[in-house]
Amino acid sequence: MTDQKKELLRVENLKKYFYTPGGVLHAVDDINFTLNKGETLGVVGESGCGKSTMGRTILRLHDHTDGKVYFEGKNIFEYNKHQMKDLRKDMQIIFQDPFASLNPRATVSEAIAEPLLVQKLYSKRDKEGVEKRVSELMDLVGLAKRLTNSYPHELDGGRRQRIGIARALALRPKFIVCDEPVSALDVSIQAQILNLMQDLQDELGLTYLFITHDLSVVKHFSNDILVMYLGQMVEKAPAELLFQNPQHPYTKALLSAIPVPDPDYPIQRIPLKGEITSPIDPPKGCRFAKRCPYADARCTGQDIPLRETQPGHFVACSHVE
Amino acid sequence: MKKAEIDKMAANAGKQRTLWQETWRRFKKNKLAMVGLAFILILVVIAAGTLVIDLVTNKEIYNNYVIKQDLRGRLEPPSLAHPFGKDEFGRDMLFRMLWAIRYSLFMGTIAIAISCVVGGTLGAVAGYYGGKVDNVIMRFMDILLAIPSMLLAIAIVAALGTSITNVLIAIAISYVPTFARTVRAPILTIKDQEFVEAGKAIGASDARIIFKYIIPNSMAPIIVQATLGVAGAILSIAGLSFLGLGIQPPTPEWGAMLSNARTYIRDSWHITVIPGMGIMLTILALNVIGDGLRDALDPKLKN
Repeated sequence: MTDQKKELLRVENLKKYFYTPGGVLHAVDDINFTLNKGETLGVVGESGCGKSTMGRTILRLHDHTDGKVYFEGKNIFEYNKHQMKDLRKDMQIIFQDPFASLNPRATVSEAIAEPLLVQKLYSKRDKEGVEKRVSELMDLVGLAKRLTNSYPHELDGGRRQRIGIARALALRPKFIVCDEPVSALDVSIQAQILNLMQDLQDELGLTYLFITHDLSVVKHFSNDILVMYLGQMVEKAPAELLFQNPQHPYTKALLSAIPVPDPDYPIQRIPLKGEITSPIDPPKGCRFAKRCPYADARCTGQDIPLRETQPGHFVACSHVE
Repeated sequence: MKKAEIDKMAANAGKQRTLWQETWRRFKKNKLAMVGLAFILILVVIAAGTLVIDLVTNKEIYNNYVIKQDLRGRLEPPSLAHPFGKDEFGRDMLFRMLWAIRYSLFMGTIAIAISCVVGGTLGAVAGYYGGKVDNVIMRFMDILLAIPSMLLAIAIVAALGTSITNVLIAIAISYVPTFARTVRAPILTIKDQEFVEAGKAIGASDARIIFKYIIPNSMAPIIVQATLGVAGAILSIAGLSFLGLGIQPPTPEWGAMLSNARTYIRDSWHITVIPGMGIMLTILALNVIGDGLRDALDPKLKN
């Protein structure tokens, strides 16, 4: 926490279990990390590994099962309804699917004005103030003025996602959970939106928790990367370090799966056998063991703790020294 | 394709329509539904007209033409002077038919409005909160549904006594479960959508989320159900009156008229056929409108 690095968010032993008829589903299991102001933490992992659930639990959109989340030093899980509503101004979320995340009955300006009205930042009579702020936000995210009264169904995915970003920014938050904000978009538009988000971060000093399953997206975007597998952290490291020296076999497999736009590039994929194991009542031990090419007796029977192998580089694997 | 058509299409494409305008545009294309709508609008105008006449003339016309008996002219068949003929007490059928519209139409609408609000709120709460709340509310609705709605209405009127208010209450209660179910189903699918979560993320209250996010997006089935419900309620009111539990004589009401007239069905056809036709056409019109709305509100049929 020295040299200007100010801690904004600290997550301690965060757990989120869903109680299903089939057993307890361990969606998020013992996640720890800290996130400094103005930085980005990339969270990667395959579908169903609990990334989105984690993001939503941190924002208290889901109830947590156990653990603590400190935002600016205070445990937000102890906040009451009133404090929580206030906190919503500081923490926002950008959703994955811009076709589902906008109210089909609200125009662009209504969607962007909604947070301002809900949080009563402007009085009901102050229509001009709201209008001014909405057009300011539309400018900020690059939405043309003529779209003010359009409905979401009339717009393409990129524009819709810009609305989602404008809505998230309306309350001038400090921290934004980006839940796969580009994975539903075309590649060309992905780049636009990513650049926009990066510019906004520089301009407004935002802190991002960037959830994605696309490693190439987080590579240029994140300070730290957290790799999740079945609700658990398997590796966490600064972005550069993780790409140079991945240590967990799962991370290695993920990195080897990134396509390289060069037909002559020798492909050395690390194939994973089997399917993702069930997150319902998982046995003790490494959850990746069933698919891991290196798995042996050490990997099952006991939980594998996260160990720091280099400064800042954490791995949960019994094979890494 | 002609140039004019292309120009028109281009102009339309540029226009920004709300979803309701879009629905109205599609509804207009349905000729049958438009005829039904016109018919209902005419009835509404007549009903409003008779209310105004009663108010202005201090019920003079009502007393002299609608309920005044003239036993010499009883069961008079239709003629130029009395196009719908006269009933078993010599009252002009045309006047009675026109004055009866308000009871059928307005009471049906009011009853459905009540059950729409009550049932809709219950269904919304059940669907939104889920779990125990959902179970308690919906099992209670199941109990109401298990009793045939006509029997339920008869039981309620029999218990509370016959008056217009009680008939309204009886009909409204018997339609509550239908609306609770109609509202709950779309809410179950909508409440998990991301835009609802976005609402929570900006700190919107539950009430705001239900009324601003969920209900407007589940209006389509509710509107269709309400239109069809009014038809059913009119039928129920007529049915209750037919059984002598609804509107009491001498107040004109189609169902009561039909009931009183059936004794004379062999001697004079007109006094049964005319109110019967009135009920049938109104219900047909409402059903046609309901079907038209259902098609118009279905975005998959967009063209």
